[in-house]
Amino acid sequence: MTQVLEEKTIEQHLADEKIAIEVDKLNLFYGDNQALYDIDMQIPEKKVTAFIGPSGCGKSTLLRCFNRMNDLVDIARVQGDINIHGDNINKPGVDVAELRRNVGMVFQKPNPFPKSIYENIAYGLRLQGINKRRVLDEVVEWALKGAALWDEVKDRLHENALGMSGGQQQRLCIARAIAVQPEVLLLDEPASALDPISTLKIEELIHELKNDYTIVIVTHNMQQAARVSDYTAFMYMGDMVEFDQTDKIFTNPSQKKTEDYITGRYG
Amino acid sequence: MDTDNLSQHISKQFNEDLENVREEVLAMGGLVEEQLTKALEALNQHDTELAQEVIDNDDRVNDFEINIDEACVKILAKRQPAASDLRLVSTVLKTITDLERVGDEAEKIARMAVEIAEAKESSPLNGKLHYGALQHLGGLVKNMLHDALDSFARMDTESAVKVAKQDKKADEEYDAISRQLMTYMMEEPRSISQVLDFLWAARALERIGDHAHNICEYIVYLVRGQDVRHLSWDEIHRLVKTRN
Repeated sequence: MTQVLEEKTIEQHLADEKIAIEVDKLNLFYGDNQALYDIDMQIPEKKVTAFIGPSGCGKSTLLRCFNRMNDLVDIARVQGDINIHGDNINKPGVDVAELRRNVGMVFQKPNPFPKSIYENIAYGLRLQGINKRRVLDEVVEWALKGAALWDEVKDRLHENALGMSGGQQQRLCIARAIAVQPEVLLLDEPASALDPISTLKIEELIHELKNDYTIVIVTHNMQQAARVSDYTAFMYMGDMVEFDQTDKIFTNPSQKKTEDYITGRYG
Repeated sequence: MDTDNLSQHISKQFNEDLENVREEVLAMGGLVEEQLTKALEALNQHDTELAQEVIDNDDRVNDFEINIDEACVKILAKRQPAASDLRLVSTVLKTITDLERVGDEAEKIARMAVEIAEAKESSPLNGKLHYGALQHLGGLVKNMLHDALDSFARMDTESAVKVAKQDKKADEEYDAISRQLMTYMMEEPRSISQVLDFLWAARALERIGDHAHNICEYIVYLVRGQDVRHLSWDEIHRLVKTRN
């Protein structure tokens, strides 16, 4: 009975997890505008962590810090540390290409290369200098199976990927991301352009992928966050308002702002 | 959370849906309270007509349960409520089950009232069984039910805990009544069937106390998000005293 009383805090939960990403006093500025304020958080390994919050709250910006996509924005300036498996990715001299191989990303709109399904997945490996047909075949099959796409496309691997449905294209992008065996997968609204059935397939896939990858997902769909994630972070105007177990956030959040947002009381 | 909380959704329709459900629960509670009051009155006054009215009215209680149930399921399907809204819907679903049972117990008391009234003339116990203890228990659980519904209306956890605590007293009074009735039965074996009717009525009242207790536990969950079922009083007090 006392277990009910002494509900574990988020710190106690995290103490039982291996931490994949550790964010320490992260501030981010777009020119003079500050977009993230003193973000401190720990993202557990091989779990799904969801970022939710209204548009412009900084959730995508934070996600993009994890593979330094913000480097591509000229006016963006980052302060603070992000340790991924113990290495600070913001320190000078980090090989960003290597980082992005290790931290894969899938975007809101499916963006396959205008090549065959096969070549879409083989591309990352070819960049690494792997050209052996046998190895490539193996990885393509493995990645497509991992993205729950193999059965649907195994007979047309050499057709153009742009001929696939949106949901299939998005799963192809996930397959492409996992083909290079990253440790972390960043998903930025991966299902927002998809129909409900494709969305469910992506969610099912996320559930399977977390056995092997640390997954961080940004989503506007709160039910989706509730369904797929183990931990949820609610962000508002660049602040991390609340970070806790997903079950806790959606049944009994401790911050009023979180409660107002997830129950639709937000103006 | 408090009662204002229900009216602040972006969706006005959602506000209305939740507010309606809450009002319906209070209306159902009012009806169930009235049923209990009348059943006790019928028992006390040997009023078979009034007892019959209670029996007939139980259908209205059942209708309330079915309608509120349906409204809650619709909210779940259409709105996917979260956090306090979800807790409200889940609390309502459970509360109406308990209220419907209270309605059934009131009906049971009314049926016993008819039996007891009809057997009155011929009863060997005539004039012996006094109703004081039973009416006292009845008054106690009636207040518990009233205060539980009041706590629900005001989303007041402290008063809910106070009500829940009285359940122990109701249990003790029920035990005392059953001991007393056992003595009657031993003294006067011919009286057993009538005494059993009494015992059933007392038992129904004791159950009503349990249902009021349950409702109070749901209220703590609704407001605090913490499940206090099967906890000791000390633990519950600690929970209710510490602010979230």
